[in-house]
Amino acid sequence: MTYQIEFKYTKDHEYVNVKGKEAHVGLTHYAQDQLGDIVFVELAEVGRTIKQGEVYGVVESVKAVSDCYSPVGGVVVRVNERLLDEPDLINKDPHGEGWMMVLEVANPSELEGLMSADAYKALLERGDSNELHPEQ
Amino acid sequence: MDNLDNLKRTPLYATHLKYGGKIIDFAGWALPVQFTGIIEEHRAVRTKAGLFDVSNMGELTVEGPDSLALLQLALTSDISQGYTGRVLYSPMCNEQGGVVDDLLVYCLGPERYLLVVNAANTEKDYNWLVGLAQRFSQVSVKNVSAEVAEVAVQGPNSQPILSKLTEFDLVGIRYYHLAEQVSVGGVKCMVSRSGYTGEDGFELYCDPDEAAKLWEALMAAGDEHGLVPAGLGCRDTLRFEASMPLYGQELDDQRGPLEVGLGKFVAFGKGDFIGREALLRQRELGPSLRLVGFEMLGRGIPRTGYPLYAGAQRTGYVTTGSYAPSLDKNLGLGFVSPEHRALGTEIEVEIRGKSVPARVIRTPFYRREGK
Repeated sequence: MTYQIEFKYTKDHEYVNVKGKEAHVGLTHYAQDQLGDIVFVELAEVGRTIKQGEVYGVVESVKAVSDCYSPVGGVVVRVNERLLDEPDLINKDPHGEGWMMVLEVANPSELEGLMSADAYKALLERGDSNELHPEQ
Repeated sequence: MDNLDNLKRTPLYATHLKYGGKIIDFAGWALPVQFTGIIEEHRAVRTKAGLFDVSNMGELTVEGPDSLALLQLALTSDISQGYTGRVLYSPMCNEQGGVVDDLLVYCLGPERYLLVVNAANTEKDYNWLVGLAQRFSQVSVKNVSAEVAEVAVQGPNSQPILSKLTEFDLVGIRYYHLAEQVSVGGVKCMVSRSGYTGEDGFELYCDPDEAAKLWEALMAAGDEHGLVPAGLGCRDTLRFEASMPLYGQELDDQRGPLEVGLGKFVAFGKGDFIGREALLRQRELGPSLRLVGFEMLGRGIPRTGYPLYAGAQRTGYVTTGSYAPSLDKNLGLGFVSPEHRALGTEIEVEIRGKSVPARVIRTPFYRREGK
């Protein structure tokens, strides 16, 4: 699993990849691996304003329903509609084709509080990150 | 993933780790939810074969001259229809007609039975049966769960795989029948043709100390037949597609067999049994809820506990819902008022505050060819 150094990460296992004014948001490799086969995705509405930490979507694996929490605040510019028919893109390529939405970031300073790739990997090794899904 | 260390382990725990099983807490047991992936394992069982560890299941023996009388009192099915080598399914009801558990009765001899019960209910069932056994002088009930391991080989290739490991004529073990003292890969087993997946398959019971040897023998024999280790995740999606009830979801202390469509396992004609009066009354008045299957017409996956509506009227709730891999649809089982149970009835599932249309369809959702 590759955690790109240009991305930022959260304890809720989301990543954000900022390029200019736009930021791609999605679930991390770790998240998709923990969830297992993803079979349903509920996406944000384009044009909606989302605050940092707010729920912007839902992913469902065979066994569990999980909320997605936005790593940064902003306005939803685009959502990945391919996921509606191919939710397993999140399993196959979470940091690429499996992105969830593009935000226009409201306050870039929010990014400073997020984790680097190394900090996120260290978090995973320590094993004290937030749980992704309830136990069956 | 914390506190897994405190869970009960089956004799195959180390084997699961070796095969890459992802261990979860399943009602106090450390068991694999999946190995490679739920959908992949589900498809393997439908098309080839899968191997499950179900050693968490409870086993109770009922022995002595009054065995049959006790079972006739405790269970709703007619156990006198059993004969040595037969396996019977039955609900076990309380006085109110709710279900204490649903279980398999292995008829081992005229005065010797083995009950295979849901793991989480083992203690409850044992205490319940011991209580009823007070009414008889010559019957003994024992909880032998710790002395029995169980694995299930399920899928169309089950028989070819098993036949490589035994001299025993497996064709002779018909559906819901058993044989004792069968040597499988050098391990002495009780073997039944049964399962919880909607496929052909066998359940094998052996000494816990031999379970790992049996597992490895089966995996080796199954290699050329596409056998894969399979976890609890696909066990649930497979039984769900086959519309087999799961205790705690479709069945519980409140919901009775008539509401769940298990009427054929209630033998009113056999004489008295616990729950008979309540169930007779229910049969006359009609159950207040009925279990139906439904498919989603809108986007969404129904999940356990989600409310069901018919127009503005709250009609019931979802007991199990899932993406069904073999049918590529989002399906559900749930209780509705009897007036909404007809095939084709349009209902709605409330999913995260939104009303999503669904339609009542025939169950089982999946039926294997030739069955």
